[in-house]
Amino acid sequence: MFEKSIGEIHSLLQNKQLSVSELVQASYDRISHVEEKVKAFVTLNEEGAKETARKLDEKLGTDAARGLLFGLPVGVKDNIVTKGLRTTCSSKILENYDPVHNATVVERLRNAETVTIGKLNMDEFAMGSSNENSGFFKTRNPWNTEHVPGGSSGGSAASVAAGEVFFSLGSDTGGSVRQPAAFCGVVGLKPTYGLVSRYGLVAFASSLDQIGPISKTVEDNAFLLQSIAGHDNLDSTSANVDIPDYLSQLTGDVKGLKIAVPKEYIGEGVEEGVREKVMEALKQLEKLGATWEEVSLPHSKYAVATYYLLASSEASANLARFDGVRYGYRADDAENLIEMYKKSRSEGFGDEVKRRIMLGTFALSSGYYDAYYKKAQQVRTLIKQDFDKVFEDYDVVIGPTAPTTAFKIGEKIDDPLTMYVNDILTIPINLAGVPAISVPCGLSNGLPVGLQIIGKHFDEGKVFRVAHAFEQATDHHKARPEL
Amino acid sequence: MARITKEQVKHVAHLARLSFNEDEIETFTEQLDNIISFAEQLNELDTTGVEPTTHVIDVKNVLREDETWESLSREETLKNAPDQENGQVKVPSIIE
Repeated sequence: MFEKSIGEIHSLLQNKQLSVSELVQASYDRISHVEEKVKAFVTLNEEGAKETARKLDEKLGTDAARGLLFGLPVGVKDNIVTKGLRTTCSSKILENYDPVHNATVVERLRNAETVTIGKLNMDEFAMGSSNENSGFFKTRNPWNTEHVPGGSSGGSAASVAAGEVFFSLGSDTGGSVRQPAAFCGVVGLKPTYGLVSRYGLVAFASSLDQIGPISKTVEDNAFLLQSIAGHDNLDSTSANVDIPDYLSQLTGDVKGLKIAVPKEYIGEGVEEGVREKVMEALKQLEKLGATWEEVSLPHSKYAVATYYLLASSEASANLARFDGVRYGYRADDAENLIEMYKKSRSEGFGDEVKRRIMLGTFALSSGYYDAYYKKAQQVRTLIKQDFDKVFEDYDVVIGPTAPTTAFKIGEKIDDPLTMYVNDILTIPINLAGVPAISVPCGLSNGLPVGLQIIGKHFDEGKVFRVAHAFEQATDHHKARPEL
Repeated sequence: MARITKEQVKHVAHLARLSFNEDEIETFTEQLDNIISFAEQLNELDTTGVEPTTHVIDVKNVLREDETWESLSREETLKNAPDQENGQVKVPSIIE
């Protein structure tokens, strides 16, 4: 059922050949069949989803206007708050957190009339690239369950790849939508910073975080972005821009398009199988009438260090709110307030979260601020200028999403730096605030490779157009894992 | 040469309201030292006169009219609090 397009599903619903309840049941049937292997969900919303489905089915019999995503089963990353539906950030510190409000994106999904199937597993507080940092359990890659699904939105990508939901929402601070999308062979977009409201997204690094859609096709992705994008009074960093009609951009036409390929993105450190697939994709785009040239983004190699200083600094401030007072875990044997803070936080947070809070606190502490935090902010300017310069002459920048395919569970978890460096091709995009999508471009040793298409600020339309043209000219998006 | 000492890690842990045992202090000292050494590659770049980026898109102050509107009820506000008494959040003693 989830192989059909949104248009096809909507005509089946219109013609009474299908009900929303059946769609939702299909989701839970698939979950009961494959979830034991994939382990994508932290919390299921079965009762709530079935009630929503019944209401939508009642509406189906009337002339009332229907939402853009009417009846479609969606999964939501567990750092996006859902009223009355437990939201944990895959952390023990929020294990029993029951939100009293909805994130703006959740409200918008409600307006679009989707059905929330459940909350998806992630690296704790979105800190990680493999889902191995979840405080609860590890999600597995549907293509090979001995491999990681990527992270931090690993559950969001794996659930779509496994056919458990029609599409999902993730969040991307340094690659957390695109890298798992690449590893799981699905489509994932990180929108321009400010395009999608962050209200109700539990903050990790506020100047980098963006919520983004994950789906099987570019068209589904555009539908989902259309429904969640746009200005929000509740997020002071939300951009007040007009939202174009993304679907009308999916023309298949890339004639005359100028593509830049950064030599830093296809050089040393990028696996041969990945490079091969990306070069084939560029040939395909050439056949469709686009041209490409090699360029340089000279400050790329400094992006990982810049990112870890800035993101950890912001995280150390954002995560100060988890103190065992108003919500979350509290250690019960403390003698005074300071001890209560320390015990609750030390028992509630996992190692990676503590490591980043420590790094960030250090970088912001007296005597080190200029040397680390301010320096990183200055290098961020240089990285952003690299992109500004390339976009003067080119429409989009293209490269791989990740330097490798999905690695094995346990392979990189013992060395934080090895894990961090895996994000080298996605991090610069967050630092520059530009949009980028990952689309499947083939398999290497049986595991999916992601093609990353990067655009100018607020040029999601063009990013979608290129991704869609490539997708429609190839069959990569039709490949499915056997489970 | 080590860039970070165990004493510094203990000081930072206190600032961050975290506590560690000696083994953890050892591990964190080594790992933070590695990460900071890695981060020092930024010193290869001359950033004299480069403006720091705090925000990637143009933003201005966001102001609204000073109007009152309904906020969360006391019940909702306290719903997730680990300990409470008489409609207030309860914490261990602050003053000895």
